[in-house]
Amino acid sequence: MSVIPQALRERPRADIERVATVFVLGWAVAFMLWQGTGFTVTLMTVFAIWAILAVSLNLVVGFTGLLSVGHIGFFGIGAYTMAILASDASYDQLRTEAIPTPGWPFFAALPIAVALTALVAIGVGIVFNRFRDDIFVLVSFGFAIIAFSFFLNLREITRGAFGIHEIPRPAFGGWVLDGEVEFLVFALVCLGLVVLLCWLIVTSSFGRVLTAIREDEEAIAVFGYQVTHFKLAVWVLSAMMAGLAGALFASWTSFIDPNSFILLESMLLIAIVILGGLATIWGSLLGAMAFVLLEEGMRFLPFLPAEFVGQARQVVLGVLLVLLMLFRPQGLVGRYRL
Amino acid sequence: MTASNDATLELTDIAVHYGAVRALDGVSLGIRRGEAVAVMGPNGAGKSTVLKAIMGLAPVVAGAVYWRGQRLEAATHDIVKEGICFVPQGRRVFTHLTIEENLEMGCLYLGDDTEKQRRLDSVMELFPILHDKRRDMASQMSGGQQQMLALGRGLMGAPDLLLLDEPTLGLAPIVVGEVFEKVREISERLNTTIMVVEHNIKGVLDIVDRGYVLDKGRVVHEGTPQSIRDTDILTDVFLGRVNPEREEAAG
Repeated sequence: MSVIPQALRERPRADIERVATVFVLGWAVAFMLWQGTGFTVTLMTVFAIWAILAVSLNLVVGFTGLLSVGHIGFFGIGAYTMAILASDASYDQLRTEAIPTPGWPFFAALPIAVALTALVAIGVGIVFNRFRDDIFVLVSFGFAIIAFSFFLNLREITRGAFGIHEIPRPAFGGWVLDGEVEFLVFALVCLGLVVLLCWLIVTSSFGRVLTAIREDEEAIAVFGYQVTHFKLAVWVLSAMMAGLAGALFASWTSFIDPNSFILLESMLLIAIVILGGLATIWGSLLGAMAFVLLEEGMRFLPFLPAEFVGQARQVVLGVLLVLLMLFRPQGLVGRYRL
Repeated sequence: MTASNDATLELTDIAVHYGAVRALDGVSLGIRRGEAVAVMGPNGAGKSTVLKAIMGLAPVVAGAVYWRGQRLEAATHDIVKEGICFVPQGRRVFTHLTIEENLEMGCLYLGDDTEKQRRLDSVMELFPILHDKRRDMASQMSGGQQQMLALGRGLMGAPDLLLLDEPTLGLAPIVVGEVFEKVREISERLNTTIMVVEHNIKGVLDIVDRGYVLDKGRVVHEGTPQSIRDTDILTDVFLGRVNPEREEAAG
């Protein structure tokens, strides 16, 4: 064992967390100053969407101990619901495969996107409540694959591989948030609300029950708690937040196709949560920021040919995960080891 | 049935099977209100399974559990509301919660904050060490202190019947005495009915009113602590010299 990992282990926890926080924030500020305002706005918008996903997934994985790799499915349901309901109807005639396009405004489609995600989560959660531990991981894999298959093959609704275009930006009356800065502010407000909700959840008695479930499901049941209800509740809340992130993502990019919701994205999301640390909201924010910086930053590496950037990101993230598991299994600021 | 008709809890001909393994095979026992009863026997006798059968945590294939004269059919998470609290083997405190939060887990289902606080104060009074360390994480406590916390958490449900599964398991001898003393105090001071599964025979017989001896999933003896001490039954079951059918026939 080298000297550095040993030193890392021996340093007080608060010390390492402070260093990790300063490092990631310093890296972010330096990168943004280097790249300028335009890129910073884009980077922060990507961060906001990934952070909503990471914080919501941490509720399930970190605080409750259910290692779900199917979260991307809920992200996709939110995105597709927004896309289908809000996509510009006048664009329909240009499409090679027409789908129903009600052409709703963003804020009419948003509650439906979140509600539909919740409905699916209830159905899936009732079934998943029968499983624990590694079987739960496997069935959540299954959900991610099934969701992707629906997005790809339900062409009458999703247009399959062609994807859906012309998804509108949010609008307050006549004020459309079509500027990047306006959208970033809106995304950050959404992130703030999600963080606030998660904080309220984890600091409440409900959150303490989740912590107890994570530690010992059987023990908590004998004290009068119907564990399945608590697990289902947090699962659905988490899915609704992912649905919100999906709706934001669809509106921001104005185009989605099934490739945005592949299993790999789920793995990246899990990596963000582990990187930041389990059972910590701040950790998920840090993890999302570090991930976005890694992902976006690699395109500027002079020695890396452009065609390898995509694969190199995955390799770097994979290596980073292995190193974390070896030397810092609780992540940057986490409370638990995976 | 060995208990008298005023039994507050009765198990009649309970059978629990784990596949081909008969963990309990026609166990009948009872406990009167305010009594402290020990369930003893060697490893694999079915002691803990008795408690699990009461709590709905074991697959009961025959027989019934009666609580205050009514058949107990509530799901595990509802049994605490019937006035029965279970302190499982191995303490199983929630190490990522503080001591106070652990205690609150024992009655978080209550809507009444005043009643919760009253119970918390009462438990803290009974276990001063928990009061002193109330803001500490449970992981920072010693094994004996964690056992006190587990007992206190069980009491937060204000139980009429407290089920204790091996409360001294894995504790240092000096701490074992403290735990038994606390169990006796709970029994006498709070008049809580207690059923305790225990492998420390000498210690437990000092604090209970009656005892049951189990072997191979069957009750082979029942009586007062003195009557149990006066026989060789415990030596026999621990050395594997008991024929349960003959013992039952002998009464």
